Amino acid sequence: MSETFLLDGEDIPFEPGQTVMQAALAAGHYIPHLCYHPEFKPHGSCKVCTVKIAGRYATSCTAPAQAGLDVASDTDEVNELRRTLVQMLFAEGNHFCPSCEKSGNCVLQALGYDLGVMTAGFRHLFPDRPVDASHPDILLDFNRCILCELCVRASCEVDGKCVFALAGRGITKHLIVNAESGRLADTEVELTDKALAVCPVGAILIKRQGFAVPIGERRYDLSPISAQALADAPRPPSGSQPCPSCEDEA
Amino acid sequence: MNKLRVATTSLAGCFGCHTSLLDIDERLFELLKLIEFDRSPLTDIKHCGPCDIGIIEGGICNAENVAVLREFRNNCKVLIAIGSCAVTGGLPAQRNHLDLGDCLSEVYLTEPGTMHGLIPNDPELPLPLDKVHPIHEVVKVDYFIPGCPPSADAIWKFLTDLIAGRTPSLGHGLIKYD
Repeated sequence: MSETFLLDGEDIPFEPGQTVMQAALAAGHYIPHLCYHPEFKPHGSCKVCTVKIAGRYATSCTAPAQAGLDVASDTDEVNELRRTLVQMLFAEGNHFCPSCEKSGNCVLQALGYDLGVMTAGFRHLFPDRPVDASHPDILLDFNRCILCELCVRASCEVDGKCVFALAGRGITKHLIVNAESGRLADTEVELTDKALAVCPVGAILIKRQGFAVPIGERRYDLSPISAQALADAPRPPSGSQPCPSCEDEA
Repeated sequence: MNKLRVATTSLAGCFGCHTSLLDIDERLFELLKLIEFDRSPLTDIKHCGPCDIGIIEGGICNAENVAVLREFRNNCKVLIAIGSCAVTGGLPAQRNHLDLGDCLSEVYLTEPGTMHGLIPNDPELPLPLDKVHPIHEVVKVDYFIPGCPPSADAIWKFLTDLIAGRTPSLGHGLIKYD
């Protein structure tokens, strides 16, 4: 029999090496998350999956599961923190849902719905971020990027290309592409790349198919993200190798 | 029971949220047993008197919007931001990354077909603000109903919750940002 820890008062079994998030999802317990994806190494940057372990905040996607942990997730205090994080993401970028092709399939939006975020609350920054429409089939809209690094991880770990990266620090941090010109058209990106499919928001869009599925019939129109995350859950992390350029650096 | 007095207005909005309010259809009769309208596009009353609920559609894009919003805040016990524009700035705020002077020049002076054009400066026209703001950046807002527009069902659920003294809660399918 495997060991267990407590999540909101319930026993959660885990295998050695699992994180709190992996064990919780595998056991059918949803912890809200944004930059965590079951197929990729945890990143721990968005902090939406924050839980309270023995009175201290920790990101459940990176916290190793250990016997006897007492984890609080679905509490007013922690959910209020998550709400504030989602609000800050909305205020920091230009997330104008009424004109976004991703609306209804967007993880950020669905999290907002599920957490009951009715307003961004903060002063909107309205940053000036021109789009990169250089590629004939792919639109890169930096206005909606939330810096989750899922495309960065997918491009390196699965596609073996490292097309995307983050540059800058703090509020100036931004997504860049791996081409001397800085344009997506001049990279090795292809339509079949995992990096394109994994974007949780409308930052990376395939052109000419935005409204193939009408608004109202999209993924999170059908059921809330909390219900759907569990369906995607227990997959082992991909054991793929880093791309050659990463290995060279190492 | 005395009817609750409700005022509504559209600032930098398109009246789509008001149209969505009318989309509650025959439930309007039920609503009108509970409320009466003060200032609203539906009554054409020009100024807001003392009210229980104020409903603001649209963001803040000019000086008149600010004056009207403050009149509502001063007179309404509860102020509600309805729709994407009031809640986030919405479509009009899509000019915020541009210079206002450049916008006016392009629309009135340099676009094809604007030969001998001039930027309107009639004193009756309210001065545009440098940036468009959601209303919570100008006054205290008590409740927010997002959506472009929020559906009639969302508005109905929200108002009936509020009028009945419950904390308004929309839940899956009614809370929408688009």
